[in-house]
Amino acid sequence: MSAEDLGAIWLTLKLATLVTLLLLLLGTPLAWWLARTRSPWKTPIAALVAMPLVLPPTVMGFYLLLLLGPQGPLGQLTQALGLLPFSFAGLVLASMLYSLPFVVQPLQNAFAAIGPRPLEVAATLRASPWDSFRHVVLPLARPGFISASVLGFAHTVGEFGVVLMIGGNIPDKTRVVSVQIYDHVEAMQYANAHVLAGCLLLFSFVVLLILNRQQRKIVHD
Amino acid sequence: MPTIFSRLLGSLLPLALSGATLAGEVQVAVAANFSAPMQALAEQFAQASGHQALLSFGSTGKFYAQISNGAPFDILLSADSSTPATLISDGSAVPGSQFTYASGRLVLWSAQPGRVDDQGAVLERGEFAHLAISNPATAPYGAAALEVLRGLGLERRLKDRLVQGDSITQAYQFVASGNAELGFIALSQVYLDGRITQGSAWQVPAERHAALQQDAVLLTRGQANPAALALLEHLRSAPAKALIARYGYGVD
Repeated sequence: MSAEDLGAIWLTLKLATLVTLLLLLLGTPLAWWLARTRSPWKTPIAALVAMPLVLPPTVMGFYLLLLLGPQGPLGQLTQALGLLPFSFAGLVLASMLYSLPFVVQPLQNAFAAIGPRPLEVAATLRASPWDSFRHVVLPLARPGFISASVLGFAHTVGEFGVVLMIGGNIPDKTRVVSVQIYDHVEAMQYANAHVLAGCLLLFSFVVLLILNRQQRKIVHD
Repeated sequence: MPTIFSRLLGSLLPLALSGATLAGEVQVAVAANFSAPMQALAEQFAQASGHQALLSFGSTGKFYAQISNGAPFDILLSADSSTPATLISDGSAVPGSQFTYASGRLVLWSAQPGRVDDQGAVLERGEFAHLAISNPATAPYGAAALEVLRGLGLERRLKDRLVQGDSITQAYQFVASGNAELGFIALSQVYLDGRITQGSAWQVPAERHAALQQDAVLLTRGQANPAALALLEHLRSAPAKALIARYGYGVD
């Protein structure tokens, strides 16, 4: 494997880890709200969260390119925040949009499955809302958090169309593994593509295996 | 009566028969940069011959993988000259059928009018954050762009500002959307009938880079298809060449 291949792997891991962490952080309150609220906004917001599932990734990437670009409607904002296309930060933002439903939905389901009862019990024992969230909800929703992390991470690792459209294929900034494999195929370097794709599959398999074991252990406990 | 009837039949039958043999179909894999002229060519071809050309657009690298694995194409209009040669040596294309249907021209382009001067001095001044090219490893126009930068002695200096599109189409999108101020793209993308259609451009002199020879080749699957043979013939005709030139390609 070449230095470029290794660079692409490292970048992909960095991107997927960061995106997963950020999505867990932002997705938890959103999923909590979606699971609890009776607001009439619930269904439109839930539908919006699911939208990235509908658009083909390259199409989504194309519109992000137009939207985030310096002349796009959000250009001023993205420029000020450094979230423009062709940057790692821009890629993080795009990947978060792309993987959003994969993190929010498992969390929402896990929160909904807990139901109001354990929280009511906690409240009668004078637990503050934060207390009961930390000591009741989080442990009960752990399988949901694991699913959300696995799906968010795996989906970001496998992301291709969005990166292709807004990445600009810059080594160590936006050239992730999927793009590197694609380039090998396009350049007819099939042997290099096979090695890299093989590594990606093996790595993903091991990660998913470990996490699934983890999850089974929790469920059995 | 029988005489009239047989005469009528005699005059209609050959027509019907010739119609049946003439109206053939040919499946063509077309390099993405050639999509606009090829659509016009297909119409011209249909009018001239009655055959229908069914077009698929994509990157040459992808077509190579598909054709090697049995994709149902009769003809490949490649973006380079090496892929047709490889297909011939693989046994997927017919030896002796390869010829150049167009020579690509490279252009340094900006969506903003007046940004690019007609000598390309804007590259030297360096007042831009991103310069879009297509991937030099996979797209001939990308390799040509690097060659031009090298010739100007700017390759090192501008290395960190290069953004690569997967194809020439994407390099165009990067520039057209304003995400990159400048880009090296195919002249045919912003040119019609002798004029740049939008923005500003430097038409890179052809001697600044290796020729962007785009070759056609007859694929093994199409060797017995009369419509395929007719299309290859048509591509070499004077009306076809005139049409190709209108889109900013060189023709012999």
